[in-house]
Parts: sequence; structure tokens; C-alpha cells
Amino acid sequence: MAVTTTTPPRGGADVSPPASDAGAAVRAASTGRVASKVFAGLSTGAGVLILVTLAAVAVFLLVEAWPALTASREELEGISWFNGGSVAEYVGPLVFGTLLAAVLALLLAVPVSIGIALFISHYAPRRLAQSLGYLIDLLAAIPSVVYGLWGALWLIGQLDPVFTWVSSALGFIPLVADYQAPAKNILSASVVLAVMILPIITAVSREVFLQTPRLHEEASLALGATRWEMVRQAVLPFGRSGVISASMLGLGRALGETMAVLMVISPGFLYSFFLLRPGQHQTIAANIASKFPEASGLSVSVLIATGLALFVITFVVNFAARWVIARRAEFSGAN
Amino acid sequence: MAVDATTAGSGLLLGDAYRRLPTWSTWAFLAGSFAVALVVLLVAGSPGVPGVVVLGAVLFVLASSITSRVVEGPRRAADRLATTLVTGAFLLALIPLVSLLLLVVTRGAGSFSWAFLTTDMLGVFGDMTSGGIHHAIIGTLLVTAAAAAISVPVGLLTAIYLVEYGRGPLARGITFLVDVMTGIPSIVAGLFAFALFTLILGPAFRAGIMGAVALALLMTPVVIRSVEEMLRLVPNELREASYALGVPKWLTIVKVVLRTAIAGIVTGVMLAVARVIGETAPLLLTVGIVTGVNWDLFDGRMATLPVFAYRQYESGGAGIDRAWAAALTLILIVMILNLVARLVSRWFAPKGAR
Repeated sequence: MAVTTTTPPRGGADVSPPASDAGAAVRAASTGRVASKVFAGLSTGAGVLILVTLAAVAVFLLVEAWPALTASREELEGISWFNGGSVAEYVGPLVFGTLLAAVLALLLAVPVSIGIALFISHYAPRRLAQSLGYLIDLLAAIPSVVYGLWGALWLIGQLDPVFTWVSSALGFIPLVADYQAPAKNILSASVVLAVMILPIITAVSREVFLQTPRLHEEASLALGATRWEMVRQAVLPFGRSGVISASMLGLGRALGETMAVLMVISPGFLYSFFLLRPGQHQTIAANIASKFPEASGLSVSVLIATGLALFVITFVVNFAARWVIARRAEFSGAN
Repeated sequence: MAVDATTAGSGLLLGDAYRRLPTWSTWAFLAGSFAVALVVLLVAGSPGVPGVVVLGAVLFVLASSITSRVVEGPRRAADRLATTLVTGAFLLALIPLVSLLLLVVTRGAGSFSWAFLTTDMLGVFGDMTSGGIHHAIIGTLLVTAAAAAISVPVGLLTAIYLVEYGRGPLARGITFLVDVMTGIPSIVAGLFAFALFTLILGPAFRAGIMGAVALALLMTPVVIRSVEEMLRLVPNELREASYALGVPKWLTIVKVVLRTAIAGIVTGVMLAVARVIGETAPLLLTVGIVTGVNWDLFDGRMATLPVFAYRQYESGGAGIDRAWAAALTLILIVMILNLVARLVSRWFAPKGAR
């Protein structure tokens, strides 16, 4: 469209065109206005589509899970792998396993991530910092199935002597008692999960640490603080809420991760705190992935019901994390 | 760096309380610790690499902290310990990265060949070592392309809405929920696509498009986020100049804003593609696996690289080698996408726009 024939969209100064061109100018202006309306409508529609999709995820999962939620005990017992009397009893140990694996992964990943974020933001030479950041981001680019292969075919072998030693030296603690090789237990799965959530926790923490007001840092240094004291007095308090929300984002990732757990863990359906024993735990996501391809009829509904539980859990965790971040953004600056 | 000023500054305050260890002491301690660790383990009889590294690191922390505490006092000692731990955390994170890449390259290179890339799995069974990933590559490219075809227009328009039109609670709500959406587990996306298609087309329906919808659900928020960031970088003066020339808003967006941000948008889309191309779980649920090439996105199962790798791993034996080679292919594709994306943003970025 020729720019010169359109009138200003805001309806400002009304330049009267020569009479012969008047019709053309009005037409051009009106098509311009229509096009603008269409474009605005399209983009608003795309935005609304996002909301609709998110609602549709919940609705469709609920619809598909409904037969399982309303099925009788007898019908459910017809499923070969079903244990427990109801869907709630079935999903209980899975929720437990999911939370346990994710929390363990978080405990392993958060201290390391904070260290890496500090290293990149305050310790590494400024010229190197960005490339080192890329290096950590590279961890996020690796497909989950490759992590699964790595965990199942390499990491388990490396962890075996460590677990053997820990179990024999600290076996009096029930948590790590009774190690059985191979290390297809929940702790190995958590180690893989921890590696997978490192990049997101590091990336968010790094951003927050870099936002620390320069004046705070310099004031601390001017008072004679060492670098570590400066970090403790200025950087960490400023970044606390950021680190918390980063950890919750990491938790959300760990809760929903499928392949690493599926390929590493040897499944079981118990409420068990024996971290080094195989055959004790399973997560919702890995359970769905292992059973879904062969499932049909009511068993599909049961699996989708467990998926709905996972969706609700991760939604709540992510919602809370984003809420903390959004609230922090309002107060950001030197507060 | 401003931080280094402390080191220089304290030199002025001479006296016993401000004694410092020389700069080279760190390296001396490091070399010393690892030498001692090596000797100790040689005497003990088992000098493995992990053992030397762990023992050396412990010795280094102990030696440097204690010496620093004696010579420099507790505050400097704490500072040194913190530096060691922070650097150690970074090095620790490199262990999985390096070991994983090394492992994939060494184990994958064995079966990786032109024949592997150009044959499919038709007629391959048992312990046969032939067969390849031709069908899986085609499936992955088709499904990912379809996912991109869905999510790029939606993501682009949503980002335009958020940056150019959105005001008030609707825009705020969308921004917030897009963030929440980035956290949807991939398996839930797979279940959603499955539920959507089976409710409409019956429970036995399987097609590549199901996987594409699942991937699109995961990809859209990533596209929105990165495009939004790029659009916000476009200076307002450009928009105002365009309005002042009488260009309508939509044309300004298409011809000025998008054109200025195009390099960043392409980069963002490519990174989003790289993120979903390795997704396994949703494709496992929806697209499944077949042994031959399937070009039709709307009918029948398809093979994809991640699912292929997983299934081969599960089948064991010769499958493990194929799984590694497929993993190598997948990582190569992801790395190339990442690399090209970064190059695009570097080469085609508008000069002086930032």
C-alpha cells in the first residue's frame, strides 16, 4: 500500500485532498482502518487463544480422566497393573515418588546453581563471564532422552562405588541403608534431574545477582568488606526472592521430567524413604510414559487422571514461582 | 573489576594485621594438593582420576584455609574458602557436560555413518547391526516443522499483541499465564494432544499432527517470550517516525517493527525449535514408532529421533549402539540450530538499534 495515500490513523489534522483524489483517499483510509482492525483483532485473538488453550488442557484432561474418576472398584481392578482400591490410592505413591525425586534434585541443584551464578556474575573475569554462561546454557539444550542414556549407561556405574561406600559407612541412617547394585534408585534419578534443572536455576539467579545495585556493592567494599562479605551483605539478600522463585521453577521442571526418571529408576509403588534401594519409587510422568503406549480403554483414563494430578501440582508450583517473580519486579531497584 | 580494588587497597595498610598471601600461593596450594593426593593414592595403590581429584580438592580446601587463617586471619580465610567453593561449583557443573558430550561422541561415532543416516529399520530384527535413522530424521523434521508452523504465527501475533496493543488486565493475565505455560510438563502436553484428537477422531487415531500439537503447546510460550523481548528492543522513535509519516499502525508493525527485530525473532524461533526437537515423552504417547518412512503427517504413526533412541535403548543389544548414534545425531542437530541461531543474531542484527 502506498504510504502517501493514507490519512493519519489517529484522525488528526484533516488535510483536504484535491477533489478528484477524494474518493481514492477515503477508500484507502477505510481499507487501512479495516486492515488495522483486522490486525488488532488477529493479535488479540492469538493472545486469547493462549488463555483458551491453557483452559483446554485442564478441561480435556478432566474429560478424558472422568471415566476413571467415576469407575467402580471392580472395573478398576480389571486393569492388570492397577494396585490400590481407587484412583486416589493409586496416585498417592506416585505423587510421593514425584515429590521426593524433585525435592532431592532441588537439594542437590540449588547450592551448586547459586555457586555457578555467583561465579559467573561476581567471580569470573568479565570477559569470560558471558561464554561461561553459554556453557551452562548448553546443559539446557541437551535432549532429555540423551540425559536418560547418560544416566542409565554411565552415571549409574560411576555412582555405584560412592553408594556402596556411603551405605556401608553411614548404613545406620535408614535413609541411605541397604544399597543394592545396580544404582537404579531414586537418588541416581535425582542426580540426573539435578543436572537437568541446573541451567534454569542458574540462569534466573544469575540475572538477579547481576541486578544488585552497584552502589550497594561498592559501599560494602568501601567499608573494607572482603569479596565474600560483600556478596553476603549485598548480593545474596538482594537476590533472595529471585533464588527462591528460580528454585521453584527448577522444582516445576523436575516434577514433570519424564525420560531421565523412566530410564534410570527401577520402579516401585511404595511410600518409602530408602533412597538407595531399587524398586521403591516411581514418578507420575515416568509411570505414564512406561504404561501409556500399551494401554487402552479405562487404563488410559487412569493414566490421564494421574497426568491431571501432575498438571495441577506443576501449575501450582509454577504459578507460585511466577507470582513471587512478578511481585518482586514491582519492588525491584534499590529496596 | 571494582572488586579487585580491595586487593590493591589493603597493600597500603602495612602491618601484621594486614599480611596477605602472595597471588601465586593459590596455584602453589593447588599443585601441591594434587601432587600429595597423587602420591598418597599411588602408595595406597589405586590412583584413579576421580580419587585424585576428590582428595586433591579436599586437601586444597584444608591447606589453603588453614594457612590463610593463620597468616591472614579468619575473614580472609572465609573469603578464600568462598572463592574456592564458588569456583568449585562451576567446575562441578562441567563434569556432566563434558562427560555427556564425550560419551555421546565416543559411543555414537561407532555406528554413525552415511548408511546409518540413509537407511530405515525395515526388515531389521534381532541382533542385526544394520538399519538406521532415515525414517526417524524425516519424522522429526516433519513433526517439528508442523509444530513450528502452528506455534510461530500464534506466538508472533501474541507477542505483537502484548507489546503493541495489550493494555490492562487481559494483557497482564496473558503475560503471566505464558510464563506459567512454560512450566507445563512435556508429558502433560502429550496427554493433552492425545485427549484432543481421540475425543474428536476416536481412540485409535494416531498421526504425526498429534505430536506436532503437543510440541506446539510447549513451543509457543518460548516463542512468545523471545519475540516479545525482541519487539521491546525496537526503539519507540522508529514507531513514532512511521506514525508521523501517516503510516497506519498495522503497517508500522509489519514494515518497521518486525523488520527491525527480524534477526532476533529468527534467533528466538530457532532456539525454540532446538528446545522442542529433542522432546521425547509427548511423542512417545502420541506419535509412537514405526520401522519405515511415513511422509503423511495426518495418518499413521511416525518414527522420531528421540523416541527411536529410547526404543532402541529399551530393546538392548545392538539397539544400544543405535541409540547412542541417534543421540549423537540429535545433539548435532540441536547444536547446529543453536549455533546458527547465535550467528543469525550476530550477523543480521540491525546496526546501532540497541
